[in-house]
Amino acid sequence: MVNLSVQVGDVALANPIMPASGTFSPELGAVIDLNRLGALVTKSITRDFRAGNATPRVAETPSGMLNSIGIPSKGIDYFLNDTVPAYRKFTPPLVASISAHSPDAFASLCHDISVRDVDVIEANISCPNLEADGKAFAMHPDLTEMVMRRLRAATAKPLWAKLTPNVGDIAEIAKAAEAGGADALVVANAILGMSIDTETMRPTLGSIMGGLSGPAVKPIAVRMTYQCANAVSIPVIGCGGIASARDVVEFLLAGATAVQVGTITFQHPTAMMTILDELEQYCDARGINHVSDLTGAVKDGELSTDKYEAVR
Amino acid sequence: MQSKASQSQQVKSGAPEEFEIGEHVCPVVSNDWVNDRYKHLVIEAPEGALRVTAGQFFHLLCPSSEMGNPFLRRPMSVYQADRSARRIEFLYKCVGAGTHGMAALKKGDAFNIMGPLGIGFTVNPAWRHIVVLGRGVGLATLAPLAQMAANSGVRVTAILSARKSDYLMSEDVFSAAGADIITVTDEDGTSAVDNVKTILEEQIAQGKADGFFTCGSNRLMLLMKGLGATHHIPGQVALEQQMACGLGMCFCCVRSFAVGEEVIHRRVCCEGPVFDMQEALSW
Repeated sequence: MVNLSVQVGDVALANPIMPASGTFSPELGAVIDLNRLGALVTKSITRDFRAGNATPRVAETPSGMLNSIGIPSKGIDYFLNDTVPAYRKFTPPLVASISAHSPDAFASLCHDISVRDVDVIEANISCPNLEADGKAFAMHPDLTEMVMRRLRAATAKPLWAKLTPNVGDIAEIAKAAEAGGADALVVANAILGMSIDTETMRPTLGSIMGGLSGPAVKPIAVRMTYQCANAVSIPVIGCGGIASARDVVEFLLAGATAVQVGTITFQHPTAMMTILDELEQYCDARGINHVSDLTGAVKDGELSTDKYEAVR
Repeated sequence: MQSKASQSQQVKSGAPEEFEIGEHVCPVVSNDWVNDRYKHLVIEAPEGALRVTAGQFFHLLCPSSEMGNPFLRRPMSVYQADRSARRIEFLYKCVGAGTHGMAALKKGDAFNIMGPLGIGFTVNPAWRHIVVLGRGVGLATLAPLAQMAANSGVRVTAILSARKSDYLMSEDVFSAAGADIITVTDEDGTSAVDNVKTILEEQIAQGKADGFFTCGSNRLMLLMKGLGATHHIPGQVALEQQMACGLGMCFCCVRSFAVGEEVIHRRVCCEGPVFDMQEALSW
């Protein structure tokens, strides 16, 4: 039987499967056994109350969806007093996703959220639905490094940076996050998108633009995982369009140490359990003793046949 | 991405029984047209799904059709659930990619439903008589209230509104449960808000309005809400919203409610879909 445990920096996970922030809450415990997950990841929280964006907040797309939720949040007190205890009924490590508008606010929230029951801080420096036109810290290497330095100084907890795919050179951003003190990278958040209803001629989302996620984005996320894993020496957590164990294997081969599963849970709330079972079967069928052996194992240096064909 | 059919087969058949909410793969018993717009789907359902109560819903994984490949599930309230026959029924209007996919289901096909979900209707056993007012697709949502009220010994007046008499659904369900039925249609000019108001005021005057229930029309909801406020009649309304997860995780399906001095958001999937009528702002 394959050993599914993985090590994300100092954080030991029983397996590489965890939910993506915003697609998960303890409510999923009514459908699956949350204790089987590698980690639990909260929806991003902000210090103060936020109502979130206008509706419609979701629009279906081919093999995916656009969302613009806008991080509705009940604030830090509710998070610490109610949300964290609700998660602590379950055993996997708890990853608290945080969001803020300014480096100061980010750092102070990071400090205040670093309580005993929170195991990891995931800095959502990439939400496309907070600022006009989807702007985010992680669109700029200098802002990324600066905000990660502030967060690093604010907490002793393991610190993950969730990057945005809405950039030209994600490897540059990955290096900036590493230089700023990130212990791992989550690659990546949703892709800024837009759709228009051709009957009403109105944008399908209340806030016009939103984040594209689901199987449609997977090749982009795999490519970015590959680029980031090659650019940094900290672990990369792959995220984007995973719907099956084969998808997980793809991200691992591209260089991911673990993965986050998001949108497919909306279609199949049991998806993460199916993925875990089938990941084990995939490894056992191939005699893979440790799932971490797959990390970065893509055979990208053995393309001689193709090169030979190309020359001819 | 894999086909929907192969994904359905991956669902572990034993799993749903251990959990409150499950992905249930249900064989189709029948799926017939009831008029030129609505179809009636009957499926065989396991015990976990049959726990559904009036006003609750299932999140349906609709098959692909020529109108597209629905990625997200579609929320739909249950029309009827029969525990002894182990059957669940949906009455639905064919409008978009999801419902057109449903319309193509044939006897014996597997249909993946997730649920039961949400907070349904409640009937206070201390009431003697309630008034149910529905229109269009709302008639399907309100239908299971007929039996729920009957089980509590509460009488029902069902005011059923539609564009034309062909679309007056649920009449059989309400009459089988012993409800008094009043039908109004656009076709014969009886469905105007003023006329429905007169009918509701008669029900109030006759002491038949201990509770108000509505679904399917914004103007009828606002009418009932206004009369409910004036006459201090508690009311419940079943609302809709575009939905993604159906479980309360994603916050896609919020609607606005007036609570005290504040306007707040609530999630239709898990804080509803049935809400206090006085707090709802629109249908």
